[in-house]
Amino acid sequence: MGGVETPTASLLEAKSDLFEFLLRMGDNTLILGHRVSEWCGHAPVLEEDIALANTALDLIGQTQMWLGLAGEVEGQGRSADDLAFLRDVWDFRNLLLVEQPNGDFGQTILRQFLFDAWHVEMLTRLTDSSDARIAAIAGKAVKEASYHVERSGDTVIGLGDGTEESHARMQAALDRLWPYLGEMFQGDAVDEAMAGAGIAPAPEALQTPVMERIEAVLAEATLTIPETRHAQSGGKTGTRHSEHLGHLLTQMQWLQRAYPGATW
Amino acid sequence: MVAVAPSTDDVWEWLDLVPDPEIPVISVVDLGIVRDVDWDGDTLVVAVTPTYSGCPATAIIALEIEAALRARGVEDIRLETRIAPPWTTDWLSQKGRARLEEYGIAPPRAAGGPARCPRCGATDLERVSQFGSTPCKAQWRCRDCLEPFDYFKCI
Repeated sequence: MGGVETPTASLLEAKSDLFEFLLRMGDNTLILGHRVSEWCGHAPVLEEDIALANTALDLIGQTQMWLGLAGEVEGQGRSADDLAFLRDVWDFRNLLLVEQPNGDFGQTILRQFLFDAWHVEMLTRLTDSSDARIAAIAGKAVKEASYHVERSGDTVIGLGDGTEESHARMQAALDRLWPYLGEMFQGDAVDEAMAGAGIAPAPEALQTPVMERIEAVLAEATLTIPETRHAQSGGKTGTRHSEHLGHLLTQMQWLQRAYPGATW
Repeated sequence: MVAVAPSTDDVWEWLDLVPDPEIPVISVVDLGIVRDVDWDGDTLVVAVTPTYSGCPATAIIALEIEAALRARGVEDIRLETRIAPPWTTDWLSQKGRARLEEYGIAPPRAAGGPARCPRCGATDLERVSQFGSTPCKAQWRCRDCLEPFDYFKCI
């Protein structure tokens, strides 16, 4: 072993924390991107169909960068595709919010807005990451997230402050999705390590600006914020995904599971 | 036989003949996605940046650049993806902007919307959708000639 340096335990831990963090970023965009792509060809009007497909495409493009870097950091030779298609439910690190079913168009748009509000704030902070690779991906992705939140916020307002029917549907969507918001702002040891190294902000630090944006849009949309303080969690740590993720993966990963190793 | 490596100026000129696969009236150079051309020993290195991270044309563009250079006799080519600084519509060439408008696509403007209808030149316009037929475009409509048109989004 002469001359070969053995990585210290703390270095290995830092590497695994970074890998975990990158999976969280990439799995959020992957799972939401897939969910939104389920609308392709089914949206209520052509313009919205195109908008949903384009949003999904942006998110999946961002996934390639996050999971590509995750594979590089892990150093086991796994590509972004390997990570996307060859992991099982418990290996996914996305927020529970993004794996929730599409529901009606209103629920899809509300889920998108809640995610976008967080995403744009997170990416903005990540452009100052101490890790130049992360800052570069964030600099690219934040441009896309900025117009995502503009559209999803405007559409939430239009539908919430719309007809009696659209208002009722948006309120029902908000009541259903609200408990999934808290997970965005819950930190753990991985987040602490990222914040300590200046790689990413602590999730708690995003709560005030993100909630300010969300509350302003919901107020303009004439929607009532549910009183429940209960927050569902377990997605970003992988300890407890909802049943929906497994069903999503049966579709998304079908080809690689039926024909392992298939390539173009 | 002595092979003389083409100058990077020549390479830029060749690349300016490679059309964007989705908007063929402008070249990949007009679009501003070719960031750098340089020789690394005997290898020609071309740095390309994606417009949008999920743009499906990115892979086709890489193929077309490589094919165009091979057709000119360059054999040793390395394409690099460069994401920072991120692509901006500020990098569209003046020639590219003019060609977009002639083609019926309103060029991007810092004001966030088209200056005039690319078909009739009228200025009474409305946005139909923030998203259009490709990630880089939005849909607008002229209230004068009533025709819909694409607007190249400013990012």
